[in-house]
Amino acid sequence: MIRFDEVTKVYRGTARPALNGVSLEILSGEFVFLVGASGSGKSTFLRLVLKEERPSTGAIHVLGQDLGRISSRKVPYFRRNLGVVFQDFRLLPNKTVFDNVAFTLQVIGKSKGFIHEAVPDALQTVGLDGKAQRFPHELSGGEQQRVAIARAVVNKPAIMLADEPTGNLDPETSAGIMALLERINANGTTVIMATHDAGIVDRLQRRVIEVIGGRIVRDERGGGYKTQATPVVSQGFGMAAPAAPASTGDHR
Amino acid sequence: MRLGLVMSEVGQGLRRNLSMVISVVLVTFISLTFVGAAILLQMQITQMKSYWFDRAQVAVYMCTEFSTVGGCDQQAATPDQVALVEAQLEGETLAPFIDTFYFETQEQAFANFQEQFAGDAVADLITPELLPEAFWVNLIDPTQSAILADALGGLAGVESIVDQRSYLDQIFDILNASSLTAIGIAALMLVAAALLIATTIRLSAFSRRREIGIMRLVGASNRFIQTPFIIEGVVAALIGSVLAGLAVVGIVEFFVQGYLAQTLPLTSFVGLSDALLVVPILLGAGALLAALSANVAITRYLRV
Repeated sequence: MIRFDEVTKVYRGTARPALNGVSLEILSGEFVFLVGASGSGKSTFLRLVLKEERPSTGAIHVLGQDLGRISSRKVPYFRRNLGVVFQDFRLLPNKTVFDNVAFTLQVIGKSKGFIHEAVPDALQTVGLDGKAQRFPHELSGGEQQRVAIARAVVNKPAIMLADEPTGNLDPETSAGIMALLERINANGTTVIMATHDAGIVDRLQRRVIEVIGGRIVRDERGGGYKTQATPVVSQGFGMAAPAAPASTGDHR
Repeated sequence: MRLGLVMSEVGQGLRRNLSMVISVVLVTFISLTFVGAAILLQMQITQMKSYWFDRAQVAVYMCTEFSTVGGCDQQAATPDQVALVEAQLEGETLAPFIDTFYFETQEQAFANFQEQFAGDAVADLITPELLPEAFWVNLIDPTQSAILADALGGLAGVESIVDQRSYLDQIFDILNASSLTAIGIAALMLVAAALLIATTIRLSAFSRRREIGIMRLVGASNRFIQTPFIIEGVVAALIGSVLAGLAVVGIVEFFVQGYLAQTLPLTSFVGLSDALLVVPILLGAGALLAALSANVAITRYLRV
């Protein structure tokens, strides 16, 4: 589903690479936490998957496509397979909840009929069915993030990227958001979530990839935010980790 | 669906940047008016050239009692000398180059002069003796007046040989200079217009950067993102072009035809049909200019 081969990313004007010789594979249907300090390379990883940046060296395959070989004209079509959620929600303040979600479908040329089917569906999935005509500023932070998630999943993407989606939310609201992401994952969407929230990572016991200074220092299934287990330093594709909890079918 | 969405984006963009849009309209208007004026001036020059150059004659002036230049020595040309010139014009060497010619006596010249300067004080001062007799020659190729000058210039009784085209050339030089000036101003204004359109579009893109960011994120095609901005630039420039077209038609209708043509009835001027020919050129130029500069501006904005 997603494969990195010896990927290094050096931003122009900086000497230290943001990612340094990263190799890993993420399988279809997995739920992966990306943990590490700020500046460790988590966001760079997500941007590379989105093809917002190109790697300095190494190859990236996403959904069977070599990202280095996709022409810039085809990138938008590639991105339609990905849903993205951010810490700051990034909603359009002058559009209603419904229009924010519908916007995604409008700009990729979906029909009116399709939009009127899919948007209420997505809003129901995230638990906002009654609030379609509200504006973002009338909603709580948690509700705004739910709108952003609805926008990310309305086109039924194969992969969902979440960059600290609970970073601005209180623990209780975060738990709601996590339950939602788990539900989306259970429906078959691969979820990759960058986070600092130790409590969430410890509680969910999913695959954890820890990045420090642009290198993968740990890749374990069913891990916590900090673990006593021996670090696996980017060895192979991290398949030697202990068995994951049975719930979500990691090896689909 | 998509078209409606694009058009509503365009409308929003135009409203949001109204002052910039107005400046784009005005600059396009002025610059294209200059372009139109330059084209019309060129048309006028071509028209006058084809009219006058065909009619331009070479005058072979004979001596009068008062002339001291050329082969004259204050003695009027004798009938023999006149006959000799006439014989030369009809002779084998010159005849192949000459279409027609006729002789103008002093009385005829005087009558023409009186007619031409009727009401002018100078008409009362001139007497027939002061005006030279002349052969008026129409050449087959009007550019070959040098042949006549070579053949007849040295003959006794010939005062001077004048190609009327030399007068016209001065007029055309002036017209050409003003046409070039108009083109120069138009070029400068067009550069300003292109930069202004690019700036306006970049500003419009900046004010919609949230939307653009999300569109890029969810996979809207580049063309879909660009189109509203390009249409926005084209609409603004087209309004300017239409105004310029109206201005050009107005100038021709009210100034050239309404004033110049009345004042100088003998000259033929560019008419409404010429102006209507220029209008589509202006519209096309305006739209093309806007589309190109808006495209460059928005592409630079979208580059990863």
